[in-house]
Amino acid sequence: MKASVIVFPGSNCDRDVQVALASAIGGTPDTVEMVWHGDSEMAKTDLIVLPGGFSYGDYLRSGAMSARSPVMREVVARAEQGVAVLGICNGFQVLTEAGLLPGALLPNAGLKFVCRDVQIRVENSQTLFTNGYQQGQTLRIPVAHHDGQYFVEPETLAEMRERDQIAFRYCDADDGRAANPNGSIDDIAGVFNDRKSVLGLMPHPERAADAIHGGTDGQGLLNSLVSALS
Amino acid sequence: MRNEPTITPEQVAEHGLTEDEYQTILNVLGREPNLTELGIFSVMWSEHCSYKSSKVWLKTLPTEAPWVICGPGENAGVVDIGDGKAAIFKMESHNHPSFIEPYQGAATGVGGILRDVFTMGARPIANMNALRFGAPEDDKTRHLVSGVVAGIGGYGNCVGVPTVGGEVNFDPAYNGNILVNAMTVGLADADRIFYSAAAGIGNPVVYVGSKTGRDGIHGATMASAEFDDATEEKRPTVQVGDPFTEKLLIEACLELMATDTIVAIQDMGAAGLTCSSVEMADKGGVGFDLDIDKVPQREAGMTPYEVMLSESQERMLIVLRPGTEAQAQAIFDKWQLDFAVVGHVSDSGRFTGRVAGEVVFDIPVRPLVEESPEYERPWVEPKAPAALAPVTAAMEHMAALKSLLAGPHLSSRRWVWEQYDQTVMADTVRKPGGDAAIVRIHGSDRGLAIATDCTPRYCRAEPRQGGAQAVAEVWRNITSVGARPLAITDCLNFGNPERPEIMGEFVGCIQGMGEACRTLDFPVVSGNVSLYNETHGQAILPTPAIGGIGVLDDLERHADLALRRDGDNLILIGETAGHLGQTIYLRQLLNRGDGPPPPVDLTVERRNGDFVRALIAAGRVDTCHDLSDGGLLVAAAEMAMAGDTGLDLNGPEDAGFWFGEDQGRYLLAVPEADTAEILQLAEQQQVPAQSVGRTGGEALTLNAGAPISLAELRRAHEAWLPDYMRND
Repeated sequence: MKASVIVFPGSNCDRDVQVALASAIGGTPDTVEMVWHGDSEMAKTDLIVLPGGFSYGDYLRSGAMSARSPVMREVVARAEQGVAVLGICNGFQVLTEAGLLPGALLPNAGLKFVCRDVQIRVENSQTLFTNGYQQGQTLRIPVAHHDGQYFVEPETLAEMRERDQIAFRYCDADDGRAANPNGSIDDIAGVFNDRKSVLGLMPHPERAADAIHGGTDGQGLLNSLVSALS
Repeated sequence: MRNEPTITPEQVAEHGLTEDEYQTILNVLGREPNLTELGIFSVMWSEHCSYKSSKVWLKTLPTEAPWVICGPGENAGVVDIGDGKAAIFKMESHNHPSFIEPYQGAATGVGGILRDVFTMGARPIANMNALRFGAPEDDKTRHLVSGVVAGIGGYGNCVGVPTVGGEVNFDPAYNGNILVNAMTVGLADADRIFYSAAAGIGNPVVYVGSKTGRDGIHGATMASAEFDDATEEKRPTVQVGDPFTEKLLIEACLELMATDTIVAIQDMGAAGLTCSSVEMADKGGVGFDLDIDKVPQREAGMTPYEVMLSESQERMLIVLRPGTEAQAQAIFDKWQLDFAVVGHVSDSGRFTGRVAGEVVFDIPVRPLVEESPEYERPWVEPKAPAALAPVTAAMEHMAALKSLLAGPHLSSRRWVWEQYDQTVMADTVRKPGGDAAIVRIHGSDRGLAIATDCTPRYCRAEPRQGGAQAVAEVWRNITSVGARPLAITDCLNFGNPERPEIMGEFVGCIQGMGEACRTLDFPVVSGNVSLYNETHGQAILPTPAIGGIGVLDDLERHADLALRRDGDNLILIGETAGHLGQTIYLRQLLNRGDGPPPPVDLTVERRNGDFVRALIAAGRVDTCHDLSDGGLLVAAAEMAMAGDTGLDLNGPEDAGFWFGEDQGRYLLAVPEADTAEILQLAEQQQVPAQSVGRTGGEALTLNAGAPISLAELRRAHEAWLPDYMRND
């Protein structure tokens, strides 16, 4: 499997996801190609990852400027051809801004940055991103964001439910606090596009992918991709 | 030289210079300075940049060890951590700006300390902080906590460096003068360290990063004065941070550092372009000739005075090898950062600036640095505290515990930490909340342990003990995760050094720190001094904040505080005399602040710590917590809550045993099968050890009294800060 990570100015989880993906593939970090945002061409690849961070400082609006960078025209074209695209955190924001995923990510309901472990439930395990999980399985994965409140119009949400586009929902906080850390509509933590080839999610699977992280529940997502795309 | 109006005595005073200092300037120049030159002297000779009141004493601190690569004097300290790697770290204050404008003050504090570290060739891998606010009841405290925490998070989160820990304290002594001390730890190859000494006559001097604006002019001078009612008017002297640019600057500088183009590099921090130029030239024994016109400027019409004194953020100064300009510029173009050759290294030994070819300042470098004032300020020996008056227990011990855990001093700081990205870079092993944070050394199975600490109320009561205790506690924190302590950075926050009693506190703390550093082999490799932390003549508590690092040779073998098994014995290591003077118990529950602080016996501290560390390194202990604020019962409760495992505790009935803050102590949780042998080992090494409880269940019980459930304790512990901040 060939995977590429897009690096925007201000991306800061690019190396993290590169390391985690390479480990899932079973290679050294340079197995995963890093693609600079200013490039308008990209080698053939099976998976494109938009990493977390503060691309372009998140000035204007989170993800808004990145969505209009040269490389994103290519990403959109590849996504239309069916190439798998994964957006994590800031990458999720970019995907909604670029129109590859429905909805938008607003500032957290608490108006503060929130970094903590959350529990999320796998809502659709029949996809190339989630085939390694059980339907309904609960995962413990950290979030770290200021603008993670997912919002979508009720009519669109109804359609998304019908088409199994909800990937993950926040659930079952085990420390007595609200499960939903940011006020997302319908407790949504991650969504697919209609054909389930694009996934955006706020939690960081690459930060729960190694025993030293204190949990490896994120590893399943990366392993799913490797088994589906290799 | 351009003609400018004559300098008036008022201008001299406005620049914070004394008459004697001005006379020295006249002697150095052999003529009157112009305004730009006066500004340059004033920032270079400010307390903040010259350390004029503290230098004499700082020289007494131990700074060497076989593993120290670079001690104080460079941008940060450098320590060999094995495997060809070096840790580069420093802690710095941003107190005055943070009180005036909490978000930007704290944010730019983080930005500044990051630059001090990456300018030496390190990728920053962890941020820490030490924050001290006024009383919770004070009108401003909530607003300041909110702004400072958001500012630290806003900057560090965007730059993508995890904030892995820190401290938050409240005391009325900080009402008019909060402390924001930020620390960064970076990782570099031990043979790729970059220094600031300029060299090579004719080599280009290059400016990179953000443009220069009118912000932060005179920040260094402000940071060297007391506050009064006009403080609010100083807001324009606070800099504004742009963490996005900083992130680009980190990546661009590290990319440049991988090439063979850099002779010397230095960030522009306090006193901006002036201080960085002068330090680089002085260290290299050369002159700097600058074209002020070529400095990238944010607005038109800036005077040389403004350009030279601006403290605009996210800027660096580099001396390049000749002919490498194009190669270097390509990197900064890629990262969309300004790049400008602004001058060259000269053999004149002078710091010269020109506008349109005309000289606008011209100062000999050596005297500008070496003739800077150095004062042996008069000081008085602090009065020894009176003996502790008899103490009657405030209430039943378990009620006291719950009250302490639910109070401002010992309540959970989770509300703070959750605003910091603690896990970006994916190498965080132990997050905030333990004795020391642990980050993995990227790509290896080894780790760095990092801790910050200081107990200012001990320092006020008996500065020498307080200074020693601050160093010892950091050493203990690092030890209790199993790491080998290596070195410290210090951030010395005190009041007005012109008052002999304040200078006495400073001297006492330094003496105590020095003793602890020597006995514990824990040298000082970097630091910063912040004086004049006073408002209306009221000084803060003496606060020598210490940040320390240690190395873990095998991440598999580290300890944390969470109880993890039922049926373990809780072993107390160290002597418990029941010392209640200056404790949190006394202060919060009895509203008393009397008695001496707990004595620090450094030999015992070392013996006990070495014993504990060896057990962890041998894989025989995985659960350990050091005893500090609140004493034994608080530490035991923290272990129980962290591991969601109950405890049945047994011991004497006196409050001193359960709440005393005797030093050099740890709690270990040890399986029953290993207990006898560990106690025997302790006896052989003359380390006091006794069993004080057993793990199991879901509650805390003391001497067979009524149990208190962990859920109830946790609720109390977690509630205070979010409740307090609810209306911010």
